[in-house]
Amino acid sequence: MITAGIDVGSTTTKAVVVADGLWSGDALVPTGINNRASAEESLEKALAKAQFSSSQVDRIVTTGYGRANIPFADKQVTEITCHGRGAHSLVPGLRTVIDVGGQDSKVICLDSHGRVVDFVMNDKCAAGTGRFLEVMARALESDLEDMVVQARRGTGQVPISSTCTVFAESEVISHLASGRPKDEIIRGLFEAVVNRLEGMALRLNVQPEIAMTGGVALNAAVVDILSRVLGQAVQVPEKAQLVGAYGAALIAAEK
Amino acid sequence: MGNDYRPMWESLGLDLEAHDQLLNVLPPTYGDVYLKQENRPDKMEYFDFVFNEIHGLRIQELQEHKAKGGKVVGAYCVFVPEEIVRAAGGVLVGLCSGVEIGSAQVEKVLPKNICSLIKSFMGFKLARICPYFECCDLIVGETTCDGKKKAFEILNDYVPVHVLEIPQMRREKDRQFWFGELQDFLKTVEEYTGNKITPESLRRSIKEINAKRSVLLRLNELRKNDVLPISGKDSLLIEQIAMYDDVDRFTSQVNGLCEELETRVREGKGVNKPDSPRIILTGTPMAIPNWKVSHLIESSSAIIVAEEMCTGLRYFENLVSEEGESVDQMLKSIADRYIETNCACFTPNEGRTEELVRLAKEYKADGVINCSLIFCDPYMIEANRVEKTLKDHGIPLLRIETDYGQEDSGQLKTRIEAFLEMIKR
Repeated sequence: MITAGIDVGSTTTKAVVVADGLWSGDALVPTGINNRASAEESLEKALAKAQFSSSQVDRIVTTGYGRANIPFADKQVTEITCHGRGAHSLVPGLRTVIDVGGQDSKVICLDSHGRVVDFVMNDKCAAGTGRFLEVMARALESDLEDMVVQARRGTGQVPISSTCTVFAESEVISHLASGRPKDEIIRGLFEAVVNRLEGMALRLNVQPEIAMTGGVALNAAVVDILSRVLGQAVQVPEKAQLVGAYGAALIAAEK
Repeated sequence: MGNDYRPMWESLGLDLEAHDQLLNVLPPTYGDVYLKQENRPDKMEYFDFVFNEIHGLRIQELQEHKAKGGKVVGAYCVFVPEEIVRAAGGVLVGLCSGVEIGSAQVEKVLPKNICSLIKSFMGFKLARICPYFECCDLIVGETTCDGKKKAFEILNDYVPVHVLEIPQMRREKDRQFWFGELQDFLKTVEEYTGNKITPESLRRSIKEINAKRSVLLRLNELRKNDVLPISGKDSLLIEQIAMYDDVDRFTSQVNGLCEELETRVREGKGVNKPDSPRIILTGTPMAIPNWKVSHLIESSSAIIVAEEMCTGLRYFENLVSEEGESVDQMLKSIADRYIETNCACFTPNEGRTEELVRLAKEYKADGVINCSLIFCDPYMIEANRVEKTLKDHGIPLLRIETDYGQEDSGQLKTRIEAFLEMIKR
């Protein structure tokens, strides 16, 4: 059976093709104004990598904030369920998923079968998510990869008191103006992101193993701080941004 | 609502331009939320009509009542005893506070970070948009939370406000104090209306309001069935309309609806699919026209079976004893009934969490959604107690914090759907 999962996120759209339980192809494209076009593009690319044609696909599940805008999907499932399902199949013994994407962050608790038993998700404020880090990178005239490199240079940090994107940006600008080193500011920002995740995690009964997914999981410095704060090693599955789409493809094969 | 009502609105001093803007938004929203529902009971027609005439016919009736020397009293809280107002020949209306309105003007008198409900009622007054407000001879405020308590001082600059002090505990001395508050309120109502409340008039109004409560209980009883004859959204609308419609007519219409619903249950004509998750909604009141969360839930394959809210069970649970000979004896019965309302202003408020556990069982609920208005400290904090108790009983709970804005609908929908995926095994 060949299935596809498409995760239409706020920043990127991801597709994963699964053939008889095996991850066979994937693609990641920027999410454009037209969700449907982005979904089609990602699916075509993923199918090309897997060397299948679209007529061979049995079922498609969409997830992510744009999941309802894709008319050719057989079913929509939330990214919470999909990230849980995808990550559980990639990380043996997984019980907690921390997913931080472009505008949402979630902590998801799973049972031993990978089913969601509890979760928390941020409110409408996108503080502490991928978009937050993008805005800060711009204020620092840096980029996301370079921020990780800089964060690992040195130890001290500037406290960033707010995770509100607008207020934190003005804090960053005033720290820069007062001559604080960039790497201290960046570590402060990463701590702020992790603080917010810690607050969410503490509301739930977080059990090991713990994995992080979503675009922010690619930030190794954030993952390190998160591991330290939670007192547990936080694992990052390969292709962490694609885990939601992979979970969607697995769910598509279930029914 | 036709243009026939414009002279009436003008005479009430409404800002017609701002009022038109509100009226332009409401019918399309109502159409999307209500009229597109499939398989609705026929007798919902009356409630559609009442909602359509919310600023028309009902206001005209209140104006006619006033022309005959009657008084109109406005309130925002289920602690304000309708029995007392009615016994003095007055009409009690629950005032509009379920939509973001007049925000810029509100910020002249209130801080920015305050709950939507308080902002909304102040906005309706300052922007002169609510004809009910403009009909009112007296507003009854209360001290259920700090925000309302202090906002009523400001509201008193624009319209006379009588503030009822609500006890925060239920000890004997609190009960006595509350009885005293109602004695004072009774005197105020007598002064405003110029009518003396007699044992006969009070007994009659107790019976009439009990009849309204009983019929709402009858409606809710029907929602315990596996075959749900009515949606949660329609039930919420009825519970909202209960607060401003003519009491006797409303009672008789809901009775008529219940007969239809009983037939539907017998014939197996439900609005739910057999596998629709059954949800209990709890938390802060959802004043008309706030249907946001109910609509998100019911457009996500679930169905709401009960509202443990002020626009819901807290409004009509428990009847007032119809015993007693003197006004004071009956007033004592009224006080006894109202103080049992499970409002988060009480500490502790275990009645609410115990009730939720009981309701989940009786209504065969698969989960509970606790919805608090942002900046409503009592309910936002009490969510912790709700979560703890429900977890102890193995009842799944989703906590939502939101306001009257629509911009968080996408994220709320994701959370609600994920919750439904979680409980739909």
